[in-house]
Amino acid sequence: MNKNNRSDISPSQQSYIRHRLMHHYMIVFARIALFMLFIIMWETGARTGGIDAFIFSSPSRIADTFVSMCRSGDIFVHTGITLAETLLSFILVLTAGILLAILLWASDTVSGILEPYLVILNSLPKSALAPVLIVWLGNNPKTIIVTAISIAVFGTIINLYTSFSQIDSEKIKLIKMLGGNRLDVLFRLILPSSLPIIISNAKVNIGLCLVGVIIGEFLAARRGLGFLIIYGSQTFKMNWVLMSIVILCIIAGVLYLILNRLEKCVNKYMAS
Amino acid sequence: MEYALNIDHISYSYHTLNGETPAVTDVSITIEKGEFIAIVGPSGCGKSTLLSLIAGLIHPDSGSITLGSNSNIGYMFQKDNLFEWRTVYGNARLGLDIQHCVTPKKLEYVDTLLKAYGLDSFKDVRPSQLSGGMRQRAALIRTLALEPDLLLLDEPFSALDYQTRLEVCDDIGTILKNEGKTAVLVTHDLSEAISMGDRVVVLTKRPCTIRDIITIDLGIDNRTPMTSRNAPAFKDYFNIIWKELTGNE
Repeated sequence: MNKNNRSDISPSQQSYIRHRLMHHYMIVFARIALFMLFIIMWETGARTGGIDAFIFSSPSRIADTFVSMCRSGDIFVHTGITLAETLLSFILVLTAGILLAILLWASDTVSGILEPYLVILNSLPKSALAPVLIVWLGNNPKTIIVTAISIAVFGTIINLYTSFSQIDSEKIKLIKMLGGNRLDVLFRLILPSSLPIIISNAKVNIGLCLVGVIIGEFLAARRGLGFLIIYGSQTFKMNWVLMSIVILCIIAGVLYLILNRLEKCVNKYMAS
Repeated sequence: MEYALNIDHISYSYHTLNGETPAVTDVSITIEKGEFIAIVGPSGCGKSTLLSLIAGLIHPDSGSITLGSNSNIGYMFQKDNLFEWRTVYGNARLGLDIQHCVTPKKLEYVDTLLKAYGLDSFKDVRPSQLSGGMRQRAALIRTLALEPDLLLLDEPFSALDYQTRLEVCDDIGTILKNEGKTAVLVTHDLSEAISMGDRVVVLTKRPCTIRDIITIDLGIDNRTPMTSRNAPAFKDYFNIIWKELTGNE
């Protein structure tokens, strides 16, 4: 009767759990070790002259550059601008993508007419547009944001429209039989059921917007991490270039993590 | 006599670029208030098309469909089509939300239905946590919440396993009888049709017309689908309808 406190986990179950935990710790340890190994090899290579520190920089030089740019405050300006441009274009892509996908869903005629254009614009390498946009819009943040939007928006429209039009037609019939109109179908069926797809799409888009902003900044900026990279490479300040790339890695990771968390919350809400 | 639904010589064809497929030709029937009509026919004969026509989702090419006075239509599908992002209660009141008629009285009625059909304690859970039979009952409550007078049932039990199917069929048959609803059931299951229907309409192959209408009189009082299945006359009707369905062209 009273022996079912901790011994109700059988020895085989205990050893299974132990194995899974060991495996998990091993993975985490290996990840950190790989990172440390890379940093140490880079640093020793640069110090012993194995690689040219002037071209390849080194972890300590990147850290020094970072500290001095923090002191002057420059780094916050550059990072802030890149981040702001990315978030603004991300929000615009999401809004425009959802609205246009709704328009395509609502009208067979509109979607029929626009489909070939969307397919071509989606497959077009958008970096080809950036030089054109500078001429049209000028050497300013407008160009950067439009470049970022052009990279992400067409794929978003196509993906969301596909998802909207794959909704079970019987569910649409249900809404109609309950007395609903097209707006009810949209707001009570299409949008709620597409929420997971909208979010997984956002996860891809945040990365694409960052790519677009950097391409834009290469060509049309006097501030931002993209500017820092292109300016640094032209003047052989490789410390600036590599530090900017490290910061970009961190930004990309953090933005992805935030959306990943959001996705998990939504999925949990939908499933619970 | 007051009718709930009068169908007068309707025909309907599907159109595609490859041609025209007649689905329903010259169907006429009058359904009385409170009557339970079961429609059987070979698969793909156009039974569901007939229901869509009655529901007004599509319009007949010729002929007319007249609804009696007070005829709100409720529709039940083969699949329960419950929305996973709504709770059971949220699904039950979907129709009220859509028609913007959420009043305390209507919500109370939804509560009564949930209690009566054993879903009261599952109000706040998601549909995925319900069994197949419970899901179909939740779908029925969603339909009944709008207090329809005429119910169209499009093979509502065919997605359930056999035991659940008998139970839900019995439940829903009894519920509809108690509420005095007029119902049109489309099914390919003969015993379901005989056990629930006051009259059974036998359709021909596509394009469907009415082959025969058989009035079911099992000689028992207050019959439910379950007691009907045990009536001695049940198997005679089964044989008659089976012959009609498979019989000579």
